[in-house]
Amino acid sequence: MGKKFSGVSQKLTRFRGYIQAAATLFSNLHLPNFLKGEIYRGAGKKVCVPGLNCYSCPAASGACPIGALQTVAGSAKYGFSYYITGTLILLGVLLGRFICGFLCPFGWFQELLHKIPTKKFSTKKLKYLTWIKYAVLLVAVFLLPALAVNDVGMGDPFFCKYICPQGVLEGAIPLSVVNSGIRSALGVLFAWKFSVLIAVIAVSVLFYRPFCKWLCPLGAFYALLNKVSLFRMKVDTGKCVACGKCAEACKMAVDVTKTPNHTECIRCGMCVRACPANAVSFRYGFGEGKDKSGVNAADNK
Amino acid sequence: MHWKKAAAQALLLAVGTAMLCSGALRGEAATVLSKAIRLCLECVGIG
Repeated sequence: MGKKFSGVSQKLTRFRGYIQAAATLFSNLHLPNFLKGEIYRGAGKKVCVPGLNCYSCPAASGACPIGALQTVAGSAKYGFSYYITGTLILLGVLLGRFICGFLCPFGWFQELLHKIPTKKFSTKKLKYLTWIKYAVLLVAVFLLPALAVNDVGMGDPFFCKYICPQGVLEGAIPLSVVNSGIRSALGVLFAWKFSVLIAVIAVSVLFYRPFCKWLCPLGAFYALLNKVSLFRMKVDTGKCVACGKCAEACKMAVDVTKTPNHTECIRCGMCVRACPANAVSFRYGFGEGKDKSGVNAADNK
Repeated sequence: MHWKKAAAQALLLAVGTAMLCSGALRGEAATVLSKAIRLCLECVGIG
């Protein structure tokens, strides 16, 4: 410790935990509803929050983007949501997976679990599992709600119904504590989803952000836009001494010096803090930008 | 390369904005709201 932090990048990473807490609070402003056992019904729920936050959470301020995508896709009137897809494209281009690293409540939840002191395991050899989330996005979020429809043309929100652990954590558990009607209605489906939540909790203690890496369709969507997002990582090749400390510090198994805007980079800034030469920083703006050596920075992947 | 990436970013921002607006105009925001203000039985595991 004793390392003096300076610059916007270092300050942002230093206060990341507080930003995550604030984002979680901003996504869940209606806290008294936890005691009332009801959900917010105001117009704020027309707008999506950027992270994974169930709109059945009593405190939820806005709509869940993944839930909303499936709702519109599964409605009899539409088969595809321009509104939510456009919102996600905007968020993805403006921020990319900075949303995952700084603004997502469920990402923060997994990080808090990972702080529990146990033996930790690397996911470097499990990179192939990261493809699963793209399949979840395509099949469970886009295709099944639109194609697997009932007689009146309505589809189920498959990801919300069978996979999403956030709905149990933020919705089912707090509501069933105070609402006996909801508590008595919980059955086999809840048991399955609760098992998924317990599994994610257990694996999060051992691995860093497993849901974000392997299952989250929202992370998958933002990952597709990571390479074109205005919020990016920048490596100053004039300062970099190739010590490898950034890659060693990265818990998403990314080497920022080789692929600064990798689809798996959640812009957590651990590489920024680890670099002894202050060569790694955040950058915001259009285009590639130039590093201080005058060479255009380019993504290798 | 610099201007190509900037152009792609600007284009995506325009596409995203256009999609958001067209979706809102055709009533999708109202559909989102109507779902979000009701307890999502699938989300909480009631089905």
